[in-house]
Amino acid sequence: MPLSEDLKELYQKVILDHSRSPRNQGQFSADSCVHIHSDNPSCGDEIDLYIRFNEDGSISDIKFEGQGCAISQASASMMTEKVKGIPRQEVLQLIQDLQHTVLGNGEVRSSGTLGELQLLEGIQKFPQRIKCALLGWRGLERALYSAKLT
Amino acid sequence: MIDLSHLRADFPILHQQVNGQPLVYFDNAASSQKPRAVIDSLVHYYENDNANVHRGLHALSNRATDAFELARDKVARFIGAGSPDELIFTRGTTESINLVANIWASEFLKPGDIILYTGMEHHSNLVPWQLAAQKSGASVKHIPVLEDGTLDLENIDALLTEQVKLFTCVHVSNSLGTINPVKELCTKCRVLGINTLIDGAQAVGHMSVNVQDIGCDFYVFSGHKMCAPTGIGGLYGRAEVLAKMPPWHGGGEMINLVTLETSTYKAAPARFEAGTPDIAGVIGLGAAIDYLETIGIDRIHEHGAALTRYAMQRLTELPGIRILGPTTADRGSLTAFHLACAHPHDLVEFANTHGLALRGGHHCTQPLMKRFQIPGSSRASFYFYNTSTEIDRMMEILHRAVTFFS
Repeated sequence: MPLSEDLKELYQKVILDHSRSPRNQGQFSADSCVHIHSDNPSCGDEIDLYIRFNEDGSISDIKFEGQGCAISQASASMMTEKVKGIPRQEVLQLIQDLQHTVLGNGEVRSSGTLGELQLLEGIQKFPQRIKCALLGWRGLERALYSAKLT
Repeated sequence: MIDLSHLRADFPILHQQVNGQPLVYFDNAASSQKPRAVIDSLVHYYENDNANVHRGLHALSNRATDAFELARDKVARFIGAGSPDELIFTRGTTESINLVANIWASEFLKPGDIILYTGMEHHSNLVPWQLAAQKSGASVKHIPVLEDGTLDLENIDALLTEQVKLFTCVHVSNSLGTINPVKELCTKCRVLGINTLIDGAQAVGHMSVNVQDIGCDFYVFSGHKMCAPTGIGGLYGRAEVLAKMPPWHGGGEMINLVTLETSTYKAAPARFEAGTPDIAGVIGLGAAIDYLETIGIDRIHEHGAALTRYAMQRLTELPGIRILGPTTADRGSLTAFHLACAHPHDLVEFANTHGLALRGGHHCTQPLMKRFQIPGSSRASFYFYNTSTEIDRMMEILHRAVTFFS
């Protein structure tokens, strides 16, 4: 009974490591950040993002808290490591590329910069888990648009 | 443990591989599999007797009507109803509860009244009552659940106040496996004039159920969890209570006389069965009962209990496991647990790649998950065609999962 290759691809060592030891956990005081809550009601997964923006719209710091499956938590953890200090436009591009990567459709423009996020590709074979992988990213997208309005 | 493994031959679906591994189907509390006899009954009906019921004067309609009403007799007898007229066919447990929460409630619930339910109800036995309360100005209260997964009945007499008009309770919990003392509770309520509804979704077809012995006013269940097709289920209503309830859907079959101004209605069960029913589903439900009775409902219960005991005993091998629900011998044929190292969805995903069908999540009992402070649980639920060898196989997979995720 060998472990299936698909399963190993879904739960790569890096992903399991992020889920066991999530990076950038915690929050900032409410008046110093944008707080966005995201959840998947059908499975109960939750991600709370706390984001500080620079004046140019780039992210100066980001933390998260959440509960849920390994995929949702690891993906959010990897996201927080990736997006600090990157220009806003590039983060938006990254969100799109990440979506293309897990959905397995469309062109990934910044493939060179996806880095270990490329590992989330394995989710393509588990369509019911796509919403887990994208939970934190959808929150980030909303935060970026709400930050623009302020 | 009694050996019922020969019955697996009756279930075509069980003999397949999933992800290259033999299927182990442990999601019976969500829906059971169907034996050849039930599948054949549907084919036979559509190939030989298909016609609308109760209205035709031709041979096919007569045959369809006979088969339909014969099934009603079987179901009524199977759950111990006093008469087939007390058995209304619905789409299942959810629709049955909604019928009562709309129609009974519209007649009997007034502002200030209380609906009492428990902290271990399925969402389908919470939400309809919350809606009914909003509409009528009544309110809802609940009986808390103790750490061991049983109801906290210490203050039950204080909870059953004069304002309580309806008490409802799950017979066998789909998340904990608890078998609730429904007879005692219904007896108390009857003395106080409180109407009662028991959710038997996990009980009928798994253990002997006698609604008259329980003494409830309503008892609801689904066919698809007891070998029958999806989309058919039942509502038992005590004749005296049904007689006081206004119609539900208006339409054909439920009327005596219709004029352009007004109409008069039939008595139960026709009063609550407007339109063409799921005739094939009802016939399939009858065939399922025939099938279950050839095995014997007590043997089915005994086997389910034995499998559950064995599974719960073996699950304790896993490090960091928390098993939910009572540890007593008398419980429903399912066990739910939480592993410290893996979220239920990851565990169920892992199991699926090994051909093992478990259920992971909140099981439509979010208040219960909150009560036990867990995001969800993994559940293995059994039926008579499952074997201890399959539980051994589950344990092999779960041990691997623990190694993988730790």
